Amino acid sequence: MPSSAIEIENLTKEYPFGFLHLKKKTSLEGLNMQVETGEVFGFIGPNGAGKSTTIKLLMRLIFPTAGSARILGKPISDVEMHREIGYLPEQPYFYDHLTAAEMLGYFARFQDLAAADRKDRVQRMLKKVGLDTAHKIQLRKYSKGMLQRVGLAQAILHDPKVVILDEPMSGLDPLGRREVRDIILELKRDGKTVMFSTHILSDAEMLCDRVGVIVGGRLRGVGAPGTLVDMKTQGMEILFELRGASNAPLLSKATRTGACYRLHVAEEELYAAIEQLRGAGARILSVSQVKATLEEFFLNLVGADRAQASAVEVSGK
Amino acid sequence: MRRAGVVALNTFREAVRDRVLYSLVFFALLMMAAAVAVGQVSIGIEQTVIVSLGLSAISVIGVLISVFIGVALVSKEMDKRTLYALLAKPVRRWEFLLGKFGGLVLTLAVNTAAMALGLLLVMLYVKHSLERSDAVVLVAVYFILLKLALIVALALLFSCFTTPLLAILFTVGLYIVGLYVQELRDLPVEVMSPAMAAFTKWLSRLLPNFENFNVMAMAAHGRAVPGALILQNTLYAVVYCTIVLTAAAVVFSRRNLK
Amino acid sequence: MKSEKTIAWVLLLVLPLGFAAIWRLQHGIDAQRAALSQERDDVLLRSGRLVKIMSLEYAPLLADIYWTRVVQYYGNKHVRGQANLELLWPLLDITTTLDPNLLISYRFGAMFLSQAAPAGAGRPDLAVQLIQRGIQANPEYWRLYEDLGFVYYFDLKDYPKAAEAFLEGSKKPNAQLWMKVMAAKVAAEGDSFATSMFLWKDIYDSTPDPSVKKNALLHLQLLKVRGDCKQLDALADEYAKRYGKRPARISQMVQAGLLRGIPGDPLGFAYILGENGKAELNLDSPLLEQQLLLDRFK
Repeated sequence: MPSSAIEIENLTKEYPFGFLHLKKKTSLEGLNMQVETGEVFGFIGPNGAGKSTTIKLLMRLIFPTAGSARILGKPISDVEMHREIGYLPEQPYFYDHLTAAEMLGYFARFQDLAAADRKDRVQRMLKKVGLDTAHKIQLRKYSKGMLQRVGLAQAILHDPKVVILDEPMSGLDPLGRREVRDIILELKRDGKTVMFSTHILSDAEMLCDRVGVIVGGRLRGVGAPGTLVDMKTQGMEILFELRGASNAPLLSKATRTGACYRLHVAEEELYAAIEQLRGAGARILSVSQVKATLEEFFLNLVGADRAQASAVEVSGK
Repeated sequence: MRRAGVVALNTFREAVRDRVLYSLVFFALLMMAAAVAVGQVSIGIEQTVIVSLGLSAISVIGVLISVFIGVALVSKEMDKRTLYALLAKPVRRWEFLLGKFGGLVLTLAVNTAAMALGLLLVMLYVKHSLERSDAVVLVAVYFILLKLALIVALALLFSCFTTPLLAILFTVGLYIVGLYVQELRDLPVEVMSPAMAAFTKWLSRLLPNFENFNVMAMAAHGRAVPGALILQNTLYAVVYCTIVLTAAAVVFSRRNLK
Repeated sequence: MKSEKTIAWVLLLVLPLGFAAIWRLQHGIDAQRAALSQERDDVLLRSGRLVKIMSLEYAPLLADIYWTRVVQYYGNKHVRGQANLELLWPLLDITTTLDPNLLISYRFGAMFLSQAAPAGAGRPDLAVQLIQRGIQANPEYWRLYEDLGFVYYFDLKDYPKAAEAFLEGSKKPNAQLWMKVMAAKVAAEGDSFATSMFLWKDIYDSTPDPSVKKNALLHLQLLKVRGDCKQLDALADEYAKRYGKRPARISQMVQAGLLRGIPGDPLGFAYILGENGKAELNLDSPLLEQQLLLDRFK
């Protein structure tokens, strides 16, 4: 058993375009990367950076111009290896005419599962993604979020060792996002390898052992979220409610929305500020850290090469 | 192969749920009208008219389904990206293609069989009895099914490398050419240059010859079709479908999905 | 890559083998079907009007297709040397009903119909009907008159009608001059010298083209010769009635008082009596050569 679940070597994808396909657009340039067994790997980058391209290359939906990749030590052209992997496409869309249960049952048939086991699993999965009440409705009536859940269910239905999710959080409401997060963490707990792409950084920060940042078709950095950027807290934000007037000095620094106020203070002044606000009769709603996030890291990179980023706008959509 | 079967069954289910079999209703209405009308307008040739009309309707309905759904089989999956999740499963692309083909042919078989049954019922109604010689109608229906399978294969091939609209045009075009291959052969070679004559001859032997499957006139007059022709036509359809599907599989296996 | 190689092999194997099999099978099927000899030349719908109604707005297109069928039907039968052309008329009927302006279908259709078997259907009557229908729909198209004239002339041997057709056609716009010529020629054929003379005279007087003028003059002269010869023959018959034997020389008829002198052709050469006792041009007359030349084209 190799230590790396996914090994990517010099993976390159160029799209010919224009008259007679004479021009080329590079959407992925010499990608070298490993995802270790058992880790949750976040693949982050802005839209059109090459995340989906990479994942589609891994799934052999498109074919690389150069380079190769291996999953679980096997070349990606090995069909049998696909028993061990699960894949959620970006903005998944499934057969309209099937119900969720039928669709999962259909996909399960490709996995050499016994009939009884198949049925059982389908039920379990539907429950896991919160669709157990809707499983008798044809997928044409599903919302985007529900489809996302079905997609997730089919990706993990056969208990794969490696799960690759393309934008698993997109289209979901906050509750749904949390459920997906829970599922990913559960997979990790079960020793699975998870690679997912996202352009939402907080998700990556929260879940990933490591992240890879890709911009303009090139990998700009790989590492634990904390090592990629200075994660030091840059202050605290207090959200509070205040009815009636008060002359607390801090109030002048707060931004007001109706009866709610938002106040930014330094970390060391937090407790003093809370004391003062309580004294003024405010009700504290939340306190949160303000961090320099991957977002800024990201924005720097994008800003540095916006020209290129727009040049590699791929047909991901 | 088993996986291709799974795809085929799903394709069949899709066709059924997409109300493809509603074409049967149309056929039923047509045949009922014909059965009533034929007694009024034609004396002595009721059976000929019923059989010609019935077989023509079976053929036309089948060709429409084959072309339009045949082209949509793969292109719709690519367009709607339903294919993505499936191809990540342990299934080869050619298995998927074969399954799609099998599923639609199965649909057509069911549809055609139902229509054939309807035709026999109408014949029974018109003639009050069926004879052994009427079995030729079933042979004609079988030949239509062979023809439809070949059309589906062609539609699949074209849809693997071009847009659905062009694929439909190509398929229909080749079908029409295939109906006139016979005429191509009957062209007086004396008026052509030798190269042209040779080319025409080659073309007329290698293009899909849809006229092979046309025994409508014989069926209409209750003349038996020899077993050898049934065998030859079956082989012809099988071999031709194999060629076309192989080409389709090769094209599709190398295709970048969008 | 391994899969690439496999694909190449599969292609190399399946395509040639498959097409070879198709080639053989097609031969077999052709043989089978030939043995069945299905009558494929069936025209199910024989009513042109019905076909026209059913053709929606595409009647001209359908007419073209029917015309193609006519040509193929005729061509196939022709190649096989079969004389049975009974479907020719219904096909042409439908074609011209679908598109009354498809001129070619009248022109060649009439040709196919009028020629004697096995070259054609041997139905000049239908050919006349077809062309007259064409003339009705396209009255200004002189070529249809030409075809009509020829059908009358060659197939029906109805010279007055042929001449009439040519003459009618010659009055249409753009009609070639020789239509009038044909009318004149055909009229002569039908022994209506007067018409023929009149027409040639008209051509002679009206044409600015010196070669046509010369030709017309020649025809006028030869017509005169034919008329003279006929008269001389009639006189010879009279002579035979009187003397119990035919004259051997024109001079005998002069001596008998039947002629005032030995008549000459338009160029002044005296006529002679040939070996069969008929009046002929003098061997020295330049007209003789012209006459022989024209006769050869009859």
